[in-house]
Amino acid sequence: MAGTAVRGRLTWQIATVGEVIDETPTVRTIELDVPGWAGHRAGQHLDVRLTAEDGYVAERSYSIASAPGEPVAITVQRIADGEVSPYLTGELRPGDELELRGPVGGYFVWDAGGAERPLVLAAGGSGIVPLRSILRDRQRSGSGVPARLLYSARSLPEVIYHDELDGYRDVAVTYTLTRRQPPGWTGHAGRITADLLAEVAWPVGQDPVAFVCGPTSFVEHAADGLVGLGYPPHRVKTERFGGTGGR
Amino acid sequence: MPDLDARAFDGPALDGTALDGNAIAGLLHEVFGTEMTSAIGTCASCGATGPLAECVVYLRAPGTVVRCRRCAGLLIVIARVRAMNCVDLRGLAALAAP
Ligand SMILES: Cc1cc2nc3c(=O)[nH]c(=O)nc-3n(C[C@H](O)[C@H](O)[C@H](O)COP(=O)(O)OP(=O)(O)OC[C@H]3O[C@@H](n4cnc5c(N)ncnc54)[C@H](O)[C@@H]3O)c2cc1C
Ligand SMILES: [Zn+2]
Repeated sequence: MAGTAVRGRLTWQIATVGEVIDETPTVRTIELDVPGWAGHRAGQHLDVRLTAEDGYVAERSYSIASAPGEPVAITVQRIADGEVSPYLTGELRPGDELELRGPVGGYFVWDAGGAERPLVLAAGGSGIVPLRSILRDRQRSGSGVPARLLYSARSLPEVIYHDELDGYRDVAVTYTLTRRQPPGWTGHAGRITADLLAEVAWPVGQDPVAFVCGPTSFVEHAADGLVGLGYPPHRVKTERFGGTGGR
Repeated sequence: MPDLDARAFDGPALDGTALDGNAIAGLLHEVFGTEMTSAIGTCASCGATGPLAECVVYLRAPGTVVRCRRCAGLLIVIARVRAMNCVDLRGLAALAAP
């Protein structure tokens, strides 16, 4: 197809930081007051832009952690040697301004009231963020779609939204801890395996849809596993955050 | 016709810098004026089809590179030149808006 050059129409705007909530020692949720926010769909993200005094610009994407209808929030994991996440999790204060654009994305989204396929949600680390929006939306809308969550985290203290996730009565949540397990841990340990996926994922015959999100290596592994179980590739929606997941 | 999102990928090893089309949802929106991650692309090299969200994406300033997940063929290159996005779609045989 021929090349083109088109001027952009999605606009950058200034949001104001509201409440900040520490989720874990390295993860912070940042509520944002975005003037004229037109609403979002569960699973969408926004782009954040930081501009240094010398004009250097860094852009990063962050999934929207809140459900449609709730105030906009993002949840950011601090990457120790990162350019952007240490600022967002360490320096940003309520009342500060933050440049962003969004919401964006229309593929890795779930709509309450859409197709009633059973949901398989698979998260690695901060990949839980867009899936949390989906779970909250499902809850708030009173959707009866069956849902199961498989969450791979390095250790128990690194599980984001732990209390909230455990509070869902009708969502089976399965954790696997890849690096450290607390004494007496009876849950799963190590990387997700084909057996674990087979245990957690709805049988293919129920026509499920899967949302898989996290570090690139986690997503490849989990998506391959679901396709191996017979999930059609187009029913396995993936979103890669980059990074290796530290494994 | 093979799937663009076929999980087998025999291109360059996927490292931590490999993302997918979701990562450029904002950039694609800026370029095309609408949400494009669910648009269906057809690879000019191998004929695979699938949503742009499932393609392999490398964010490398000043250019963004989109590759076919099946054959690793180059699908899209977007280079930022003086606040303008120069878009090369020659690797796509077709692109159907969502
Ligand atoms: C669609 C999309 C949605 C995202 N949503 C979220 C979200 O909700 N919450 C969130 O915390 N992040 C999210 N990310 C990741 C985020 O955009 C940044 O990549 C991340 O915050 C790191 O940025 P940084 O500038 O701090 O690190 P950089 O300076 O970009 O990277 C520093 C080092 O860390 C490595 N690295 C980069 N990303 C990661 C990672 N995710 N895990 C481990 N190592 C990494 C790099 O390879 C590099 O070596 C999302 C990414 C995408 C593409
Ligand atoms: Zn191809």
